[in-house]
Amino acid sequence: MADIRVVHYLNQFFGQIGGEEKADIQPFSQEGAVGPGTALEKALDQDMKIVGTVICGDTYFNENLEEAAGQVVELVARFKPDLLIAGPAFNAGRYGMACGGVCVAVKEKLNIPVVTAMYEENPGADMYRKDIYIVKTGNSAAQMRKAIPSLARLASKLARGEVFGSPAEEGYLARGIRQNVFHKERGSARAVDMLVKKLKGEKYETEYPMPLFDRVDPRPAVKDIKKAKIALVTSGGIVPKGNPDRIESSSASKFGRYSLKGVTNLTEETYQTAHGGYDPVYANADADRVLPVDAMRQLEQEGAIGSLHEVYYATVGNGTSVANAKKYAHAIGEELKNENVDAIILTST
Amino acid sequence: MVNVPVVHICTVVPISLTVGANRIVPAVAIPHPLGNPQIGPDEEFTLRKKIIENALRALTTEVTEQTVF
Repeated sequence: MADIRVVHYLNQFFGQIGGEEKADIQPFSQEGAVGPGTALEKALDQDMKIVGTVICGDTYFNENLEEAAGQVVELVARFKPDLLIAGPAFNAGRYGMACGGVCVAVKEKLNIPVVTAMYEENPGADMYRKDIYIVKTGNSAAQMRKAIPSLARLASKLARGEVFGSPAEEGYLARGIRQNVFHKERGSARAVDMLVKKLKGEKYETEYPMPLFDRVDPRPAVKDIKKAKIALVTSGGIVPKGNPDRIESSSASKFGRYSLKGVTNLTEETYQTAHGGYDPVYANADADRVLPVDAMRQLEQEGAIGSLHEVYYATVGNGTSVANAKKYAHAIGEELKNENVDAIILTST
Repeated sequence: MVNVPVVHICTVVPISLTVGANRIVPAVAIPHPLGNPQIGPDEEFTLRKKIIENALRALTTEVTEQTVF
């Protein structure tokens, strides 16, 4: 069988052209392996050959993203490769961006497997981890000896289309892709094992990492609450009886907007909760316990607030993804802004 | 961008802190954040009103960081 043809992408430094003074250099190619490519080729499977190396200055690439990527793809294509390897870039930001950009462009244009390697905090990692396989490395070139074998191992598997294990097993950055697998142990046993390890202070691998939540600057306070129009929003699933929009009891795919015109009190006959995951008895008996319309009406009458906004918004906050929650929040916020609402009370169960 | 304040009334304050609410008002219980079925309707209504009054206080208070009222 013919050898597997590999092309390697390097920056000016690892391509042995020069340092920062050569960072403006345009892409060019050389036959065979260069610099770290020599060690990489040795670590790859026997039948994999680095047939060519494409080198480009980091500054040139980052200042001319599209053009540079196009030039690199063209040079890579001339070698008729079966696989592209870029880097490792370690914690070099521009190099990491270039490795990611080259990989994505080559994958799209030439439709061959691609892989790169860099430090987890390299900006290129955040930018491209969802699109391509990025092998985790240390943060400096001093880690080259460690990085080469893991990069070579993944590259060899990729070239053969072999099935991959999880990011933790294979040493690449999680891409946010979920795979269904059968596990020997059931979930409860795995959870207890993990908890015991955690209590012992041992290392463990979570099966469901928490998403990162963003932060919003606090908004200015309401100046005159007695004149304020206040809106009610809830993630507690309070909907008109019968749940007209069929908001799901879990992983809600939508939110609802409902009129409060003439409504002074939520009763068992008129409102209910659509929310799964908590005992609905109390909310179904009196939905004011989640969406406090009765008390808001009284405060409105007393003049403690200007008015209760005539529409309320509801979704179910049970297993709802952060991405969807954000989407609903932006949509609801936009509507309330257009209605000149002065403040929002959000209730959660 | 919505430039008006939001107050989050919720029972599990640590979750609210984790997801990044800036004005937080603690509530009674997960299935009935603004009520308590055990104390009778009048007292329950008073309790609910008190929680909202606390929320109004949160809305009229300037904050520079996450604050639990």
